[in-house]
Amino acid sequence: MLAVAWKMLKKDSLTDPNSEDQVARRLIHSVAKNLDREAFAGLFDTFSPRLKSFMIRKGASPDMAEDLVQETMISVWTKAGLYDPSKGSVLTWVFTIARNLRIDRIRKESSRPLAELGDYDAPSDEPGSDEVLARKQEAQTVARALAEIPVEQKAVLLLSFVEDVSQSEIARRLNLPLGTVKSRMRLAYDRLRKSLEPVH
Amino acid sequence: MNIDHHLDPATILAHAAGTLDEAFNVVVASHIAWCPACREAVRKASLIGGELLGKLAGTPVSENCRRQTLGLIDTATLHRFPKSPPADHAVPAPLAHLLGGQSLDGLKWKNKAPGLALYDLPLSSASHGKLFLMRISPGKAMPEHGHGGAEITLILSGAYNDKFGRFAQGDVADLDENIEHKPVVEMAAACICLVATEAPTRFKSWPARLIQPLIGI
Repeated sequence: MLAVAWKMLKKDSLTDPNSEDQVARRLIHSVAKNLDREAFAGLFDTFSPRLKSFMIRKGASPDMAEDLVQETMISVWTKAGLYDPSKGSVLTWVFTIARNLRIDRIRKESSRPLAELGDYDAPSDEPGSDEVLARKQEAQTVARALAEIPVEQKAVLLLSFVEDVSQSEIARRLNLPLGTVKSRMRLAYDRLRKSLEPVH
Repeated sequence: MNIDHHLDPATILAHAAGTLDEAFNVVVASHIAWCPACREAVRKASLIGGELLGKLAGTPVSENCRRQTLGLIDTATLHRFPKSPPADHAVPAPLAHLLGGQSLDGLKWKNKAPGLALYDLPLSSASHGKLFLMRISPGKAMPEHGHGGAEITLILSGAYNDKFGRFAQGDVADLDENIEHKPVVEMAAACICLVATEAPTRFKSWPARLIQPLIGI
């Protein structure tokens, strides 16, 4: 049933990121609560094509990208019970899983591999009740902030978050001093932080 | 723990994006384990990743990958609850993980100079950085030095002062390549720090540069 509902909503969700998130949240909940395979298939179909692009942009071969998509989606299944809606959108959660798996893969493939360090980031603290409401709007707010920042700041964010390029490598590629790359990162972050501040 | 010195927002973004070198990741993750403000900053920065991932045009995934994934979930082990971090207030969880449960006192510290001991931490060969623990005796001053690259230091115990202020447990000194400083450890106790460096530390004075190969930082 949920997968059907998903398909019906998918069209609208392309123009309204929040509705995509709302559907994904229900699917995650259903996976966590009932081990709902149909809901999982819905999650797979919506996230895996973008995850594959994401891994390819980070330099993975198409085969390796599918391997990492599979690993990411299996983590979505096994960790569905840990997804906390108050911490951010489903996409942000999927992004952090994919990012950590990619980092672990690079470590494992190195000639001197080490045991997996696990999820680095400790969970953030529980938000207050007024914050919970604000966080539901976060995805939209971030989308708006990203649309508004100057293109040279956005380029630096894309190179970091999507292409997996370090700050010193960004400086080299764009022929800029490292300090300039860092100040663009700081300005972009500042803009984002301010846009997420609750309005009183 | 009262934390006064935080991570540079550029470092927060790089950590959220996953582009930091392994050595820096460990120091940043260790600070974040102790610092609610930087933890929240990383959460916010990760929203950018979610948003940019959401905006990507998809690449079709093979039917084989889909079938395999749907088949594998039956045998996958579910994570029901996060592993609770060890309740050790002397060592943040990511560092504790690397130390395999050893306490800071129990490590085989290498004396590098009077009042200075180091302990190297292992990294995978994918890392271009260096990660080590540094123990400086009470009252001791480090020679004034700059850095060939970025350096992040997390204070685990004790405290030091330099031109940027007082650094005590939980504080980070997130310094870029142009900064020179001369930390002086307080008299009360030795100062133990977790340090990630990108390139060898560059001491300003000739005597300090001469002993640099000997102390190995």
